[in-house]
Amino acid sequence: MRGGRARAEGPVFLRLMALAWPYRWWMALSVLLGFATVGSGIGLMSTAAWIIARAALQPSIAVLQVAIVGVRFFGIARGVFRYLERVVSHQTTFRLLSRLRVWFYTQIEPLAPARLAAYRSGDLLSRIVADTDTLENFYLRVLAPPAVAALVTGAMAIFFSAFDRRLALALVVYLALAGIGVPLLTRRLGRRAGRGLVAVRADLNAALVDGVQGLPDLVAYGQAERQAQMIRSLSASMRQQQARMARIGGLDAALGALLTGLAVLSVLALAIPLVSAGQLDGVLLAVLALATISSFEAVLPLPQAFQHLESNLEAARRLFDLVDAAPAVADPPDPLPPPARCDLVVRDLRFRYAPGDPLALDGISFTLPQGGTLAIVGASGAGKSTLVNLLLRFWDYDEGMIELGGSDLRAYRQDDVRAQFAVVRQDTHLFSGTIRDNLLLARPDASEAELIAAARQAQLHDFIAALPQGYNTWIGEQGLTLSGGERQRLAIARAVLRDAPILVLDEATANLDAVTEQAVMDAIGHAMRGRTSLMITHRLVGLEHVDEILVLHEGRVIERGRHADLLARGGAYRRMWDLQRQELFDEPA
Amino acid sequence: MNLDQRLLRLVRGVRIQFAAAIGLGLLAGVLIVAQAYALAQAISRAFLGGEPLSRLWPWLAALGAIAAGRALALWGGEVAANAVAGHIKHDLRQRLYVRIVALGPAFTRGERSGELANTAVKGIEELDAYFRQYLPQLYLSALVPLLMLLAVFPVDTLSGVVLLVTAPLIPFFMILIGLYATQRSRAQWVALSRMSAHFLDVLQGLPTLKMFGRSRTEIETIRAMSDRFRDATMSVLRIAFLSALALELLATISVAIVAVEIGLRLLYARISFADAFFVLVIAPEFYLPLRLLGTRFHAGMAGVAAAERIFEVLETPLPPPPADSPAPLPRRVTALRFDDVRFAYDGGERPALNGVSFAVEPGEKVALVGPSGAGKTTIVQLVLRFVEPSGGQITIDGVPLALLPPDVWRAQIAWVPQRPHLFHTTIAENIRLGWPDAPLDAVMRAAEQAHADAFIRALPQGYATPVGERGARLSGGQAQRIALARAFLKDAPLLLLDEPTANLDPETEALLQDAMARLMHDRTTLIIAHRLTTVASADRIIVIDGGRVAEQGTHHDLLARGGIYQRLAMAYGR
Repeated sequence: MRGGRARAEGPVFLRLMALAWPYRWWMALSVLLGFATVGSGIGLMSTAAWIIARAALQPSIAVLQVAIVGVRFFGIARGVFRYLERVVSHQTTFRLLSRLRVWFYTQIEPLAPARLAAYRSGDLLSRIVADTDTLENFYLRVLAPPAVAALVTGAMAIFFSAFDRRLALALVVYLALAGIGVPLLTRRLGRRAGRGLVAVRADLNAALVDGVQGLPDLVAYGQAERQAQMIRSLSASMRQQQARMARIGGLDAALGALLTGLAVLSVLALAIPLVSAGQLDGVLLAVLALATISSFEAVLPLPQAFQHLESNLEAARRLFDLVDAAPAVADPPDPLPPPARCDLVVRDLRFRYAPGDPLALDGISFTLPQGGTLAIVGASGAGKSTLVNLLLRFWDYDEGMIELGGSDLRAYRQDDVRAQFAVVRQDTHLFSGTIRDNLLLARPDASEAELIAAARQAQLHDFIAALPQGYNTWIGEQGLTLSGGERQRLAIARAVLRDAPILVLDEATANLDAVTEQAVMDAIGHAMRGRTSLMITHRLVGLEHVDEILVLHEGRVIERGRHADLLARGGAYRRMWDLQRQELFDEPA
Repeated sequence: MNLDQRLLRLVRGVRIQFAAAIGLGLLAGVLIVAQAYALAQAISRAFLGGEPLSRLWPWLAALGAIAAGRALALWGGEVAANAVAGHIKHDLRQRLYVRIVALGPAFTRGERSGELANTAVKGIEELDAYFRQYLPQLYLSALVPLLMLLAVFPVDTLSGVVLLVTAPLIPFFMILIGLYATQRSRAQWVALSRMSAHFLDVLQGLPTLKMFGRSRTEIETIRAMSDRFRDATMSVLRIAFLSALALELLATISVAIVAVEIGLRLLYARISFADAFFVLVIAPEFYLPLRLLGTRFHAGMAGVAAAERIFEVLETPLPPPPADSPAPLPRRVTALRFDDVRFAYDGGERPALNGVSFAVEPGEKVALVGPSGAGKTTIVQLVLRFVEPSGGQITIDGVPLALLPPDVWRAQIAWVPQRPHLFHTTIAENIRLGWPDAPLDAVMRAAEQAHADAFIRALPQGYATPVGERGARLSGGQAQRIALARAFLKDAPLLLLDEPTANLDPETEALLQDAMARLMHDRTTLIIAHRLTTVASADRIIVIDGGRVAEQGTHHDLLARGGIYQRLAMAYGR
């Protein structure tokens, strides 16, 4: 993948351009306005120089009248054009940002969660968000400056070649050196230092995060001073690397100033003999000099644009890599209507997450009739959650069959399949918003009474009612933090409110202490009444009344039966049970 | 307000580099004046004097030399400014971390640790633009125009007056814009970060949204939110741009006025062409530093905001220092005793312990149980001296704990926390936390005892595998066993265990139980137990409820008593 990087840069740029394409007229308009702004600056200085030079020859004032109007015009126009340019370019930028987000979300939505499994950690997801924020600048900081610079350079070439071709050539060469040569040079010089800086920054940041978040461990083991020393030495080498980068980065402005000076010098050296030879009006010397100086305003921002181009391409490459993945699951072309009954039949199901991976499920079969209860138990990694992912159509299975209401699961639309399930998982995601928002997610049109009834069933209503703002209490970031038990009860309330035919409990009580677990189990008991239920757990709690229990080990069913039978059989289930129970009631050593 | 005194004080350590940054900036200004002069001379001589190129080379050479000089001054100024920022960031980074260590784990608890890490990583870097760009420019925007005035006045008084009169209007406008912009832009930044946070929230919750069949309706929300943000921001920006327009007009119109005013006087030969041209070249440069300051204003404001957070930590008062006459400590500690110990968090606001008394005898294994929030963790924090009791006394073999130097005392403890932190180094280094210079075979032996050896060997680089985002991600049960290996390696006489509640399968749980049992052997142990299975094997159980010792005794005593312990046990016994 890395090998193809250089080749991939072109397409990445083109794809970015394609995303910005709907705003091409806006962008063109703002580039023109940018050109007009710089042009007015050049016009102002050129006209002013002409006035002074012409006045020095002491003509009548009438000769200067037009130029005086011109100076005033350019003086006002520059500010007005700049204002318009900013308004248009920022409008364009925000439109682009909005489109980028919607585009990205639309692309990523069919991929979740199968193709995003590697991105589950918050860090990686925040980087994605930061990447879209970076791309917001694609137009303003990457596309616009070179476009304006090119227009200005072209116009100046035409302007100068009206007097002499060599003047135009000299100016274009210097503008190109400043606008293209300098960024390429500093980029090349800075490549190694930049890599060093990235490496040392990563180490330093890791040491700082470790040093703060691991402070209890460090202090308890007497290692805080050692960590402080490590931070000190990493910080010192970061300082060195940044100084190196500054020595290279400082070249941008320095070389820009040098080239401006040399450009004026060269233009004069070419123009003065023309004046001496009478081929050029002496008045124009002043005009050429000041026009040259002010035209550099267009190219001096280009080194920055180069830097932005690199960061934009990197961000875009990461996003494209992500969205280019094929969805794990697709809707059939001719979907069946939603199932009328919800018997679930699984026959000889086999599945692996990626070719070459071991089988996560290796021939599972069971039947869950409508109104029945089924439990699947086993150690973590036995394949329990994989089964839920397949039932919810998050992944497609390879072999075997899942039938819902008598037809293949794959024959329905994904949404219709998911509508049959209410799921409570171990890691409940609550959205930043009110408790009401989070509940209504399950059924947007639920009435207040239904909301409260669901919360009552999940044994959460009393807790919510006791909050000062009740159901309108803000949770999540910058809001109330719910405890593990409260989160799970909210998830149960959500599942109750959804009122789907099949209830799936996927390790719903993991991570809870014994007392809370008991309370949540009670809430689950209420919720299960009268529903087809599938329980997935590694803890053997509340399984006494389940119709059938499957013991899963390495993707295979190694035992099945009812709780009492399995205990009596003395197999794997019994061993798990003993491990969980035995020490509690044995004599302490 | 912007020139925060405390920020300026930081420059003291790098006065020379700071002076160099400003001095070189001034030099660049002087060279602009020189460039204008040389340019005016060369053009005047060629245009009016009719001198040929051959006689003008000295002036052109001077122009070249000045350009080279300006390049050097600009380069040097940037390098010097970077040195200032580099020094200050390095200095603050260390002071910040030393302060965080001094404030201790009690200070970094919970959610604050993320915020602190963010301040140490990003907050410090945000000062970069303040010291590298904003602060030098603040001085230069006052000094360089002054320099230009000094050059213009002797040449042409009238133009000098025009510049002098318009100059104060610029800072006036800038302050106006600044005040407005800071007020509104802060609100906008909040809006922007909220929008990003919402986007992140939606991405994280995508599986949940899909489960509820709501993932596609979210597209409209994202679009609406972005559009709302755009409209709000543009209405603010339009006003900011309008103020910038006023500023720009002021500068360009002044240049136009100067041009016309000197042009007219040239007509009547009241001024020489060379002088007039000199003034014209300088006029736009006069306004440039002030306009540059405007573009760096935001960087400056972000720096000030970051500095506020940094100083907040640096100025947090330290807890009182430990007693200055340390008592000698027995070589191997054996017994631990709490006498009526009290403690409250948030400076007494949130009581956690209300008079706790118990003793742990030499070699005894004592389990602490109780509902969450009962005060079990606080007891461990007190033993580790992350916090100090507000009343009562803790004694070690009869010696008051407060009289022992914390480092010496902690050397006697091995602590296995609920969620051990894994550091961004190798597995071996992570285990070596217990004994930094331990040879690899000792590390391996500790890992074996903790039942960690097998899974470590299965990793791609074994003990040299890096941990974290760039390396192996360990499961909860594996992290616990790394922490146990640390404790084995440290081989301390007193053991503090916080039993994991992570979702572990029975086999892993059995491995952990076995490793913990081995670790506890021959050591005085205080264990916070979440699973009653662990409790059963303790010598004694102390039940903590509401910041007090509710009951204590053996498993059977307590079951028979029918108190809170029995209720806890019943949750399992069903």
